[in-house]
Order: sequence, then C-alpha cells, then structure tokens
Amino acid sequence: MATVAFTPNLQRHVPSPTVTAAGATVREVLERVFADNPRLRGYVVDEQGALRKHMAVFVDGQQLVDRAAQSDAVGPGSEIYVMQALSGG
Amino acid sequence: MPTDAPLLVSTRKGLFEVRGHGAAARIARAHFVGDNVTLAIVDRRDGAWYVVLDHGHFGVKLHRSDDGGATFTEVAVPAYPAKPEGFVDKDMWGKDREWALKGIWALAPALDAPGALWAGTLPGGLFRSDDRGATWTLCEALWQHPTRVKWNGGGADHAAIHSICVDPRDPRCVVVAVSSGGVWRTRDAGASWEPHTKGMKAGYVPPEQADWPEHQDPHCVVQSPSDPTVFWCQHHMGIWRSTDDLASWTQIVVEPTSFGFPVAVHPREPATAWFVPAHSDQKRTLIDGKVVVNRTRDGGQTFTALRAGLPQEHAYDLVFRHALDVAADGEQLAFGSSTGNLWVTDDQGDRWHQVAGHLPPIYAVRYG
Repeated sequence: MATVAFTPNLQRHVPSPTVTAAGATVREVLERVFADNPRLRGYVVDEQGALRKHMAVFVDGQQLVDRAAQSDAVGPGSEIYVMQALSGG
Repeated sequence: MPTDAPLLVSTRKGLFEVRGHGAAARIARAHFVGDNVTLAIVDRRDGAWYVVLDHGHFGVKLHRSDDGGATFTEVAVPAYPAKPEGFVDKDMWGKDREWALKGIWALAPALDAPGALWAGTLPGGLFRSDDRGATWTLCEALWQHPTRVKWNGGGADHAAIHSICVDPRDPRCVVVAVSSGGVWRTRDAGASWEPHTKGMKAGYVPPEQADWPEHQDPHCVVQSPSDPTVFWCQHHMGIWRSTDDLASWTQIVVEPTSFGFPVAVHPREPATAWFVPAHSDQKRTLIDGKVVVNRTRDGGQTFTALRAGLPQEHAYDLVFRHALDVAADGEQLAFGSSTGNLWVTDDQGDRWHQVAGHLPPIYAVRYG
C-alpha cells in the first residue's frame, strides 16, 4: 500500500486526508483514492486524466515523469505527495 | 421602480454582493474571499446563484446557491470529450489544442426548460446543462463546425465563447459570440449553426480575410429584449449594430474612440445602449485619465459622454467585457474596473456613485 498525502492548500476546498491505497502506478493509486473521494479528482487531474498544469506529484522524493497518464511505478511502501507547483496560480 | 435583486460583483479575490440603489448602494456581503471569481449570475427564474471559480492550480469550479448566497454547493463543470485519435486541432502557436476546460466565460439560462443553462467555455466550447449544473453536455454541432479549429485567442490565449443571447421570441434560437471566432446562431437549440458577421471587419488579418466570420473578434454582444431583431456589438475594431435580425451589421463610429469591451442594451428601448470606452487597442487605458460611459438613445446616431460622479483625472481603469450591466428596470446600471472601482447609477448614467474603490480587479458585474 502506498501512502498518499495532499497539499494543505487543498483542504479548504476538498477535505483530503492522508490515505493509503494499493496500485502499481501513480494513476492506479490515485484512481483508488478518487473512488473514495470523488470530488477530489477534478482538483488534481483534468477531464482527460492529465495532472493539472500547476500541480506537482512526488513519488519517494522523485518528481512525476508522466504527467499525462501517471504511469510512474509505485512500490508497496511508496510515499506519494500531491503538491502545488510553485508556478502559475 | 428599482429592483431589490442583488448585484453580484466577481473579482480576482472574491464575490461581492451589493444591495441598495444609487447613492445608497453598499457591499452587503463578501463570498469566496481570496478565491478567483471570474463570473457570477442569478437565474431569475428560480433565484439560483451560479458562481464560477478559477482556482488556478486546482482548476475551474462552479458553485450554486439556492438560498440567496447563504450557502453554496459545488456542482459539476463542463468536461470536454477525449480528442479522437488523429484529429488535428492546433492552436495559433501550432501546438495541439488541449480538449480540457480552461475557463467558463459565459453563463445564461436556457429558457426552453426549467433549470437549464448554457455555458460558454475556453477553449471555444458551448455546453448545456438541463439539471442546474449537475451534468453538462457539449454542443457537438458547434464544436465540430469546420471553422471552430480556426478560432483563436482574443482576450485569452484560448478562443472563448463569452456572450450568449437566448432569443425571447424562441428560446431554441441562441446567438453566441466568440473571441475570436465570430457570431453564430442556432435556430434549433444547438443542432445547427450559421455565422452572422456580414458587415464586420477585422484589421488584424490580411485585407482579403478581413470579413471572414472566424476572424471577427466581438468583445461583447447583446440582444435587445424588447426588439429581438436588434443586436449591439462592441467589437475589437469598434462598435457595430444590427437592426435586421443579424442579416447584417452596420459600423458606428464614436469620437474620440470606439474601442472598448462591454456593451449593455436597455431592456425596453432597443435604441438605447451603453459602452465604456478605452483609449485604443494599442493603449488599454483611458483617454486623458478620465472615466467615461457613452450612452446613445437614438440607435447610435449620437452619443452622450456620461461623466458625473466619475473621476476625470489620473484614472486608469479598464472595464472588462462582463463588467457592465443594466438591471431589469432599465434605470440602474453598474460597472467595475480592472483597478477595483465599482460604480452604480439609478438614473441611466446621468449620475454615477462609487460603491467601492479598493476592490480586487473586477471581472464581471451582473444584476439578479
């Protein structure tokens, strides 16, 4: 199970506590999180599933490579941070 | 008789609700303070408020209030379909155009069904909801129109549908205006569309393309509620009016400038309209630092520059295309500026009253 934490800046719009979820890729993990918290989806990805332009995701300290499909691999004990990028906004 | 409906003022840092008329107008409440509110309207049929937020990092959201602003519920936003494999849709920079919501620039009640809405979006989409924003459907006929991929930015990097006029004679007849992509009308609730730009000219393309519909940049289009054959347009190149139900447009020249963004038409007098001019395309500010509203009562033959109550020195206020509105009574108007000034009148603009001078940049003002 990966651990997924969300930027505190998101909390006033959509409560999004740190959770654990299974999955082999970031997309698979996020899909499980969104299944339990449907409103969160549109705040993190757009309608085509791409990571929003000014969002940043880190997996075990490494910035996400595949922003369009989030196919980056996730290990069983991975830590995923969904953050605001210091751009735009 | 003044109306008691709220005036909703959408700004870069919140939504402000104004109550009262003329000199007595005051900000009664602030909503979504700190958030980027790009548009808010009241559906006069059921009193619902619809508020568009652009959170930047977190995307564009839509909230509805069913209790006059006491509480808000997030509803759905329009969603674009997946782009078909191999479909070529490039923007003006030659990049693949993303089929993803970048903004909602127009909201209008769809008068053929209770609770139905039209939304104009960036990039270049028209969506319809039949359930007060719970779900949205893309108007495929306009999205698939062969000229749509040629629509470009104008006011934003993406083409935008910013004006929606639902015909009071037949609510299945809808006119939309696009920056920059022209003026379009459906007579069958969106199933088919025809351009209506005859007479308009664009000065920012080669001369032989000056009258192409997709090149026209109407900044704002309004339809007269009392004579729906009359339309007014503040265009990038100046002011145009149609008095023949969009068969043609006639240019109207106002001295010293016809440049600007918003237009409002009187609810019962089709020949009466208001504009807030700016210096020019090249200088997006005021002439000589003076805030002026231009009013015509004779269909554009003559204009009166309304100045009473407005600053006449060192003002640099730009008024965006949705930041002027006239109330249903035809007496009250409001406009707000890029530098956070908000003015109202209750005598059609003969005298203006400043409601606030330190608001965030104002994107839209709309009477309920």
